[in-house]
Parts: sequence; structure tokens; C-alpha cells
Amino acid sequence: MQWANAVVQGLLLGGLYALLAAGLSLMFGVMRLVNLAHGALAIVGAYLGYVLVQKTGLPPFATIIVVIPLMAAIGWLLQSTLLNTALNKQALAPILVTFGLAVILQNVMLQLFTADYRSIQVGDLAGASIQITPDIAIGVFPLMTFVVGVIVIAALQQYLARTKTGRAMRATSDDREAATLMGIDNKRIYALATAIALAIVGIAGVFIGIKTQFNAYSGDTYLIFAFEAVIIGGLGSLWGTLAGGMILGVATTVGAQLLPSSGTLLADLVFLAILVFLPTGLFPKVVNG
Amino acid sequence: MSVTLSDSTAANRARVQRSTRASLVGLVVSIIVVAALAYGPYAFLSKGNQQNLTTLFIYIILGTMWNLLAGYAGMVSIGQQAFIGIGAYGIVYAADILGLGLWIGLVLALVISGIVAYLVSFLAFRLSGGYFAIGTWVIAEVIYLITTQFDTLGAGAGISLTTFRGYKPEIRIAVVYWIALAAVVVAVAVTYLLLRSRLGAGFTAVRDDATAAATLGVNVTRSRRIAWVVAAMGCGLAGTLLAMTTLNVQPGSVFKIQWTAFMIFIVIIGGIGTIEGPIIGAIVFYALERYVGDVGFWYLVILGIIAIAMVLFLPKGLWGLISRGGRLQLFPTGLRLATPLATPLATTTSSPTSGTPPTTSAEDL
Repeated sequence: MQWANAVVQGLLLGGLYALLAAGLSLMFGVMRLVNLAHGALAIVGAYLGYVLVQKTGLPPFATIIVVIPLMAAIGWLLQSTLLNTALNKQALAPILVTFGLAVILQNVMLQLFTADYRSIQVGDLAGASIQITPDIAIGVFPLMTFVVGVIVIAALQQYLARTKTGRAMRATSDDREAATLMGIDNKRIYALATAIALAIVGIAGVFIGIKTQFNAYSGDTYLIFAFEAVIIGGLGSLWGTLAGGMILGVATTVGAQLLPSSGTLLADLVFLAILVFLPTGLFPKVVNG
Repeated sequence: MSVTLSDSTAANRARVQRSTRASLVGLVVSIIVVAALAYGPYAFLSKGNQQNLTTLFIYIILGTMWNLLAGYAGMVSIGQQAFIGIGAYGIVYAADILGLGLWIGLVLALVISGIVAYLVSFLAFRLSGGYFAIGTWVIAEVIYLITTQFDTLGAGAGISLTTFRGYKPEIRIAVVYWIALAAVVVAVAVTYLLLRSRLGAGFTAVRDDATAAATLGVNVTRSRRIAWVVAAMGCGLAGTLLAMTTLNVQPGSVFKIQWTAFMIFIVIIGGIGTIEGPIIGAIVFYALERYVGDVGFWYLVILGIIAIAMVLFLPKGLWGLISRGGRLQLFPTGLRLATPLATPLATTTSSPTSGTPPTTSAEDL
């Protein structure tokens, strides 16, 4: 029953992918900006957690409380300085600027931390698991990741649906000009959206740091996973993103069983198959974009 | 080349032409430079310099191809390394494993690049904008992972190109240099001719406003697909040259995304949406890599900062500065008015039968 086990692990892994993808999805939804630095920023979050544990001796999960405001501040600054400028320039500018940013972040991290793999140590928790059946054991840490993923997605959904700024965000997403006429400061809304997106990807980063070893280059894979989860789930649908993440998670773990040498190949193929047969994703939300 | 548009109402005639004095000078200078470079190995180019120039030529081809995609057809791909890898593996497979030799191997590698590009375009074109960019990257990853599944291609360990066995090193280096030089000329010429054609006018129209272009009868998807396939074949060509220079194809090396990063830097530094830009950009990029590259990873950080600054504040790149905002064109693709009109505007209705593209300014990206 190693397959059933792989499926369960994959479903739980979906929570992490959803955490990674939520910010990407939010930024695209609000300002039609695809942040190619998203994966590198997840690794920034992982290194922040790592450094906090090393230097201050904070317990690993407590670092999240520090990482969230730090990443949010980075996001706010990034959007109000660089990205808002890029959005006002020629059409290709945002893609090119975030790509340049990814290269910069990756190489700065490489310079600061070398190419050696690091991880955030959580002691016994890493191996702890709950035995469900004789064949299936659910790891405590993967379960925590999943629960956090679901909570974050639910919270973000509620925030967008029910709060005043959430409504302003959706309004800006639907029609920027009209929203501006209604008195919404779209630059502020963008900065807020990026702050939230980076806060979430910061959480994802810390979980990545605990879950696995990482180095400066690891962000590439996570950007691809985040993107695939968004497309599989359907643009503009947060719960879809969670579902997309879970499908991708299962494809990753089952793929690792089938073809241990080829890593993410099966996950990528599942993504391409969905692109062919369900180009709008599983839960398409009809929006202008 | 000049086209005369007749105006039935006014007696005066407006001449619309493509070439300028600068472009004629540019053409002559280009021919002289290429001829001198072709003669170089007999006279003034050492083996080392031939190898250096071969690297520069590869950069020019890569920059030109990425510029064709992004600068003209408006598609930002970060998966062009897929075709570099296919070109590199393609020539090893066709020339060595199938035993077809260097020249047929080279052609076949390009054909394979083109066919794969055509097929995957049906996947990639389901996405647009930034998601198209990441989609091309996923496709490149898949091609990379599939390639390493084949033991005949050396699996994860890579494979050597043996078709040059028996050549003396100095002969091999010169032959590869000449192939690279010819490849640059072909890549730039094909891009130039493509952009001068009706199709080229379609590219820029699609890039600037796909919906408006479609209403004017431009087949948007077809234009994009042609640009995509040509750019893939160009990158495949660069891949074959890489295989010929290193004589060893490593999957992690030919398929690395850094190639696309280099292309982007080259095009942005030189000037996107011009033919001259990527050539200038490749020279600058090569010089930076050669003389500043030893500061290690900070070099890429600095390059990233320069690229971002240029996108935001100097979007036309170095060539935009040199050409004073596009007034100087060595490779003019659009048409311009040669004689001032006596009656304004009325005469500018171009005759649809002339078969020439309408004036599209390629530089106003």
C-alpha cells in the first residue's frame, strides 16, 4: 500500500503548494502581474527563518511571527518603489523587472549563504507521525503544513470577500479606472496586495525550510509548482488553487515512486495534460483575464 | 528600395522608401566586417580569438532570436533553453549516433528544433503574458527531464560530439568559427527579411495590439507561431554551435535557464525591438562577462540591476541612445517618407495593391 501512502502524502503536500501559489494568484488577480521572483522570495522567507533560528534561537515555528511582517514590509516596499513603476511602463516591463529581481535575489542569497544546502531543524517533530492504518502514516509536520495552507486560503478568501479593503482589491482587479474613480488609491491597494502575497510566501518559505533542504536555486522549482497549481486550479479561484496544489502534490509523490530519477516530470506532465484538456483549469472563474 | 504612391487628387508625388543613407552605409560596413571576419583565421585571428568570437556569435544569435520573440512578436519566453538543448543533442544524435555527419546533422538538428517548437506551441499558446513565460519554462523542464531518460543520449551524464574526430584542432576551431559566423549572418538576415515582409508588419501589429491587428486581418496565432518556430530554430542553431565548441553536451548545462537570462540581458542592454540592439547588447554582455565576470556572482547581481534600470528608464537600450531614439537605422524595417508632402495627410493613404507593409515603427515598444 505504498501507493495509498504516496497519495495521502501528496494531498498534504498540496497545502504547501497552495501556500506558495496563493500570493502569485493574488498578485495576478489584483494587478495582472506575474511575479517571476515569487520562487526566489519564498527562499528569502526560508533563509529569514533559518537565520532567526541560528542567531536568536527562536523556536522554528515562532520565526513565522517575525517572518510575516518582514516579508510584508519587503512586499510593500517592492511594490511602491519598483513594481508600481514597472506597471506604468511598456507592456513587457513587469515581467522583465520581476525576472531581473529573481536573478538578483538568487545571486545575493548565493553570495551570502553559498550553494550549500540548509534546513531549519525542528528536532523530533520532523519524524513524528500518526499511524492511521498499518500502511498509512500521516506525518505531524506535513499535516501542520496542510492545515496552515487551508487556514491561510480560507482567511484570504474571507478577507477578499468581506472586508472593505478586500472589496477594494476585487474592485481594482475588475476595473482599475472605475475603482480609481470611486476613490480607491490603486497604488496603495497594489502595495497591500503584494505585502499580503509576500507574507504568505514567507510562511511557505519557512515551511519549505523545515520540510526539506534548500539553497538559493531552490526557488525555481517552487515558482514552477506555484504556477502549475494556479493554472490547474483555474485563474482567480483560491480554493481552485488549493485543489490544484493537492493534485500537483499527489503527482509529485506518486511520480517520485514511479520514476525516482526524474523528480517532477510526472507533475509537469499532469500540468500539461490539464492545459490541453481543461485550459481554463478545474475551477474557472469567469473574469476579464 | 522605394515605392511610389500615386495620388489622384494632387499632382505632387510622395516617395516612400525604406533605405536611408545610414542604412546603405550600414550594409556596406556590415559586408566589409563580415568579409574581414571570414578572412580572419588566415591572417589576424589566433585560435583563442576565434573561439572568443564564436562565443560572441552565439550570444548575438541568442539575443537576436529572443528579440524576435519578445521585441517584435511580444512573447516573453523564459524557456528558450529548451531549443538550445534540442539543437545540441540534435546534432550529436544526427551526426554521431545516426552517423549522418556534420552538415546533415546540423540541418537535421535545426529541423528537429523547428518541429518540436511547432508541436509545443499548441501547449504554450494556451497561456499569455507572464503565464506564457512560466509555461515555456515548464515545457523546457519537461524536455530536459525527458531527454535525460534516454540512455542513448547519455542519460543524466551527457554525451560527446565525435563528428570532429580526425580534424586537427586548429582546423576544427576555424571550421566552427566559420559556421558560427555564417550562422550569425543567417540569423540576422532571416530576422531582417522576416520583419520587412508583410508578416513582420503583422508581428509588430500583434505585439502592439493583438485585437486591433486581428480586426485588420492579421492572423494573430499564425504570426506568433511563425516567430516562435523561427526563434526556436535560431536557438537550436546556437545549441549546435555550443555542442561544436564544447564537444560535450551536458544536460544540466545546455538546458539551464541562465541561457534565457543571458538572452534577456543582451536584448535589454542593447535595445529591444531593433535589429541592431541585440548585436550591441551581445558585444557589451560578452565584454562584461570577459572582463568583469571574475567578480563572481555579484556580476549577475549587477547585471540584474542594470537590466531593471534599463527596462524602467532606458527602455530602448544602448542602441536607442546611439540611434538618437531610432532616427538612425542600419537595418530599416519600416517605411519612411522621403519627400515632404505639399498636401498633408490626403496623400498618405497607401495603396493596398502595392504589397508593402504599412509604416510600422518597430522601435516604439
